[in-house]
Amino acid sequence: MKGNSMADAAVLTGEHFMTGDVACAEGAIAAGCRFFAGYPITPATEVAEHTAARLPDVGGTYIQMEDEIAAMAAVLGGSWAGVKSMTATSGPGFSLMMENIGLGLCTETPCVIVNVQRGGPSTGLPTLGAQGDMMQARWGSHGPYEIIALAPMSPQEIFYQTIEAFNLSEIYRLPVLVMTDEIVGHMSERVVIPDAKKIKTIFRKKPSGRREGFKPFLAGPDGIAPMPVAGEGYRIHITGLTHDEQGYPAMTAEAHAAMVSRITGKIRNSLDAITRTEAFMLDDAEIVIVSYGCSARTALAAVEDARRAGIKAGMLRLITVWPFPEKRIRELAARVRGFVTVEINLGQVHLEVERCAGGKAPAVLVGHAGGTIISPEEVLQAVREAFAHHG
Amino acid sequence: MADPLKHHGRRPVHPLDDLLRTDRMPHIWCPGCGIGTAFSSCLQAIKASGVAIDKTVMVSGIGCSGRGAGYARMDSFHTTHGRAIPFATGMKIANPELNLIVFSGDGDLFAIGGNHFIHAARRNIDMTVICINNLNYGMTGGQVAATTPYQARTTTTPLGNPETPFNLPFLAWAAGATHVARWTILHTRDIKESIVRCLQRKGFSFIEVLSPCPVNYGRRNREKPLDTLAIYQNMTVIKNGVSPADATMDMKKGIVLGTFIDEDRPTWQDMYDRLYRKE
Repeated sequence: MKGNSMADAAVLTGEHFMTGDVACAEGAIAAGCRFFAGYPITPATEVAEHTAARLPDVGGTYIQMEDEIAAMAAVLGGSWAGVKSMTATSGPGFSLMMENIGLGLCTETPCVIVNVQRGGPSTGLPTLGAQGDMMQARWGSHGPYEIIALAPMSPQEIFYQTIEAFNLSEIYRLPVLVMTDEIVGHMSERVVIPDAKKIKTIFRKKPSGRREGFKPFLAGPDGIAPMPVAGEGYRIHITGLTHDEQGYPAMTAEAHAAMVSRITGKIRNSLDAITRTEAFMLDDAEIVIVSYGCSARTALAAVEDARRAGIKAGMLRLITVWPFPEKRIRELAARVRGFVTVEINLGQVHLEVERCAGGKAPAVLVGHAGGTIISPEEVLQAVREAFAHHG
Repeated sequence: MADPLKHHGRRPVHPLDDLLRTDRMPHIWCPGCGIGTAFSSCLQAIKASGVAIDKTVMVSGIGCSGRGAGYARMDSFHTTHGRAIPFATGMKIANPELNLIVFSGDGDLFAIGGNHFIHAARRNIDMTVICINNLNYGMTGGQVAATTPYQARTTTTPLGNPETPFNLPFLAWAAGATHVARWTILHTRDIKESIVRCLQRKGFSFIEVLSPCPVNYGRRNREKPLDTLAIYQNMTVIKNGVSPADATMDMKKGIVLGTFIDEDRPTWQDMYDRLYRKE
């Protein structure tokens, strides 16, 4: 009976009024996360606090590590011990986690890292929101890699996207990022948690058969190798060095190309399955606002304002910022008058929009360094200008 | 000509072959290096301790000693520089059934990873940490470390080390380690017995093993390979139970070896379960 009561306790079915940070923690627990290695940092601390209080009730464990480097290392260790593991942080901590996120990518370790973004660089604006870590999410760890990063726009969505992040990490055997922000993390809204049976959770593909001579990185055509965990008798060797299918170090350019292309291929060959966007009034749109996270809320208001002003505007909301919906932007570029990217930074996703628009449609940015949300008026002004210049 | 290794029609099997990734031999360690000796003692201890090999995990960081995990035929993880201990911490907490052995070097565990070491000791995480101390960064060619003796020459202290090194047992004790020992690679049986004890007890266990690095350290400090071993033989004194504060290490005045601390204290898991898993 203990098992059942734990399962019931794991999913708080019902209607709640909760912050994004708390909804994130609840999403993780509903997804089956049972190990959280944390380090306090504004504005992500509440994810750790809530998880610390909740995990023991469901058979999980929270530990507060000595820094974010240790937290990320412990998360990888937890995952290799066979437990769904996560951490949550903000800019400075995210910077410290980068090396071990790379180890997670190289060793193909499923786990979830939440970044509740605040104003940077450096200590920046601890209590105020920004979206300035989007390129760091993409390229912050050294070397070539692909990454999955989700960007929730509300507490309700962060609940679901945290579950989705775990599922994607378990399917593709990679660390997955939830790139939220202080605004979504600290806002309180209605969050509906469904019945546990309605929540789909996925666990990594496990190996079966002979343990002797087992190759932990021998993958099928999808590039995803079944993942043994420590203590099951496979006697695996796992290293952050470039390695072969056996997991043994292989110091050649050929081995490196084979390993990197297989790992990046897991995402590159599944772009349609992973990439998620949401279209809002896009069918007849002439001006496309591209946005994500808290800024998508502003953009949504601006689309409505523009429509009332007689401008055919629409929004492409990025649910996955990485992988970036290149194909979608290229298709739109062939038929629209222009793009307006709305994000709280000085132009990061904007650069991707501009690249994919490929000169076929102009792209402008509405953004600032951080500390406050962007107002719908600023976006509407940019939409008007884009419409007038290219009308 | 008959194969000299063949006896009775079969090649002899080394008693540690089942715990060694023989398909990865030869190893990378230089002639005269002591890591292999300490590693052998470690594998012997794993065997002698009776722990379930399939529930035993070796975790290493980066460096010469950090290659240890790669040669152990058990679940083994070669992590990032300095982060073997927090990786092992996550693994132990996520699955307390696992036996965790961290095998790494002085640079990895006490410079870049020093913060993790003291916190794991403070928490009394149930794991065995074996530090091969060769007084310098060997993998990168012999740079100064947090353990390099005062005035010793390295590639980055060409006129001598101006800094004071850590006394590792004293540091481990101060941080809260519940088992603290120091040996040299001449003391293979003591290393083995020490590791057996650590694997059979609960809590954070630390063993420092002094090990020669003739290629990088010895060469620059007028210490031929046999000179280092002579220091280990002539300049050491075993003082079991002595306070780690008195476990001095001075190549000229003497090096104190032994098991200094072996005490019971609830582990992190014991304390967490007591406070958080009320049934």
